[in-house]
Amino acid sequence: MSFGDKVRQSQLWKSIFRHPAPVDRRNRVLVILSNLILHLHPVAIQKHAVRLHYTWCMGGISAFLFLVETITGVLLMFYYRPTVQWAYNDMLALRDVVSLGVLREIHRWGAHAMVITVWLHMLRVFLTGSYKPPREFNWVIGVVLLVLTLLLSFTGYLLPWDQLSIWAVTVGSNMAKAAPMLGHEGPGQQLLTIDGVDLITSGSDVRYALLGARSVGEEALNRFYVLHCIALPLLATFLMAVHFWRVRKDGGISGPL
Amino acid sequence: MLVDSSEFLEEIAATLVGLHLVAAAMNGIAAWRGLRAGGGARLRAGAWLAFAALFTLFAIWAGQHTPPGLPDTIKTAIDAALGPVTLFFGSLAALTVLYLGREFFVRPWVGWCLGNAAMLFFNLSLADPHFAQTVLKPDNVPIVAMIFLLGYFLWLGTAQAVENDRRLRQGQGPREKDFAEKTLVWPDLVYIELICMVALSAVLIVWALVVRAPLEQPANPSLTPNPSKAPWYFVGLQEMLVFFDPAMAGVVLPTLIILGLALIPFLDFKTEGSGYYSIAGRRFGYLVFMFGFLQLWILLILVGTFFRGPNWSFFGLYEPRDPHRMPLFQNVNLAELFWTSLLGRAVPRPMADGGLARFTAILWREIAGIAVLLVYFLGIPLVLGRTLMRRYLANMGKARFTAMVLLLMMMLALPIKMILRWTCHLSYVVNMPEYSIYF
Repeated sequence: MSFGDKVRQSQLWKSIFRHPAPVDRRNRVLVILSNLILHLHPVAIQKHAVRLHYTWCMGGISAFLFLVETITGVLLMFYYRPTVQWAYNDMLALRDVVSLGVLREIHRWGAHAMVITVWLHMLRVFLTGSYKPPREFNWVIGVVLLVLTLLLSFTGYLLPWDQLSIWAVTVGSNMAKAAPMLGHEGPGQQLLTIDGVDLITSGSDVRYALLGARSVGEEALNRFYVLHCIALPLLATFLMAVHFWRVRKDGGISGPL
Repeated sequence: MLVDSSEFLEEIAATLVGLHLVAAAMNGIAAWRGLRAGGGARLRAGAWLAFAALFTLFAIWAGQHTPPGLPDTIKTAIDAALGPVTLFFGSLAALTVLYLGREFFVRPWVGWCLGNAAMLFFNLSLADPHFAQTVLKPDNVPIVAMIFLLGYFLWLGTAQAVENDRRLRQGQGPREKDFAEKTLVWPDLVYIELICMVALSAVLIVWALVVRAPLEQPANPSLTPNPSKAPWYFVGLQEMLVFFDPAMAGVVLPTLIILGLALIPFLDFKTEGSGYYSIAGRRFGYLVFMFGFLQLWILLILVGTFFRGPNWSFFGLYEPRDPHRMPLFQNVNLAELFWTSLLGRAVPRPMADGGLARFTAILWREIAGIAVLLVYFLGIPLVLGRTLMRRYLANMGKARFTAMVLLLMMMLALPIKMILRWTCHLSYVVNMPEYSIYF
């Protein structure tokens, strides 16, 4: 009996994996059915669905990049303090002091890559007409996930607290000033008054809600941090679960009828 | 970095050597595959070998700090030709040619010629310090990667669509149907996923080691950089600010983009054509999506990132970013064009206050613009539904058709406004600063 067989015969191995190695048909089916992560897959799929020519693998890559972002993001949170006093210094420390000082690089380039792969995934799904019934709703979920990807990237952009980040976020959040009805410089804002008192001012409009202040400062840093590390990832995780579930429920990965 | 050219050549050498070698290796692989395939491919393999040799030679030159570059006359000519107008219409023309000639362009050797041309242009341009400074900004590297990835995947998708369209014409099923047989996910899919994850991790780690994440000076709210740019994926929206006010470019249009995307499956709701690459059966939807994605989203991002400099002025690829260059402000509103240029009268000036009378006076001042918008958003859709797009109205029903036409008109408003800006210097069709309404 080889060493590998011995390991696979051991009680410990069998307690984790509930069946023999997936070397025959029966066990290749079982491995998918009995493993939490693998069971996201069906047991068997049409051959065209594993052709990279067809899928470009972009959906899977986007999901994998989300995983990379989560892992590197958690590691970064060990070092990073979202305050005006510390944020920038922690960036310097991440670059110069922390061992394996490429954490921030992997996180940033992974984020940029994810924006691109999500776009390419959308393009592939469009080109193959895969949004058509019965997959309409999953396309809508996908659009929301696309927006969440951009928002995740945007909120993360502020955290280094350098000139690049605060001014990019200033440019972005200034748009919210002009939101119809809800921005203090937007059209229709004048309609929301009571006895001549404006309800929507620079201290109560949608930009203020986003930044927690009239300009990008300590409050915005905290809000973006919470959005970036907690609120948006939770939402994205939930919607990804729905997205994958619906891929299965809508008949698996799309193919010609 | 830019002052001393020998210093620049030293800094750029490693990057250039790497890129030329990558191009050489890719041509080497193409040649090897061609030689194995035999037939006509063997002849073309010779050409790829020549390209490989050329790129290797360039790599050696770059390593000796004498990289080959584009001659100054060509660079000046390119910069002189480039502008927002030529970029927009040039890209539109190029995409049209690619679309109409897709049967030709999807041939592997033609695609590879285009790929070589792109790599050659990029690598040669990179020997220019101004080009390198813009393109190699750490946050711009992913955009360059995106251009090449997008080119490749568009080619790949179109090639399959062309093949499927041909098969469908001949009464066969799409090629995807040949693979309808089932296969087990273990090992056929999980191993692909594993290899993909390992490869991608390797790419990310190498990328992280080679390009450092940018870190500029500490945040300083009292020191505004010129230009201040949004993150690159939102730069397209920022570029729209040239043509629209912030409410439109920053809030209304993005909302409509998201809404329009989400509505696609409810507007193109037929089940046929699902699950395989195809163009022939869905030309209209295909062209609208591609125009929106490539021309109005990706191109605007490229213009905003690579061509806009201080004061949001337009700069060529090889030009220094002169901070004193100001964009020309000579734009006029439609009200001025209508009252002054057309009727030869002064623009009516509404009284400072006075409720309804003032409101009416403002509407009167903007009467031409309001009429234009009414015709554009009501008249044209009504006419379209009765003439050109009657078939769509009948197939889709009133609700879907209205949603689609309004979204289309909104989408076309951007290129129309661009053209009006470039031809008549039009700023706003309707301009009511009294109510913060600008369109």
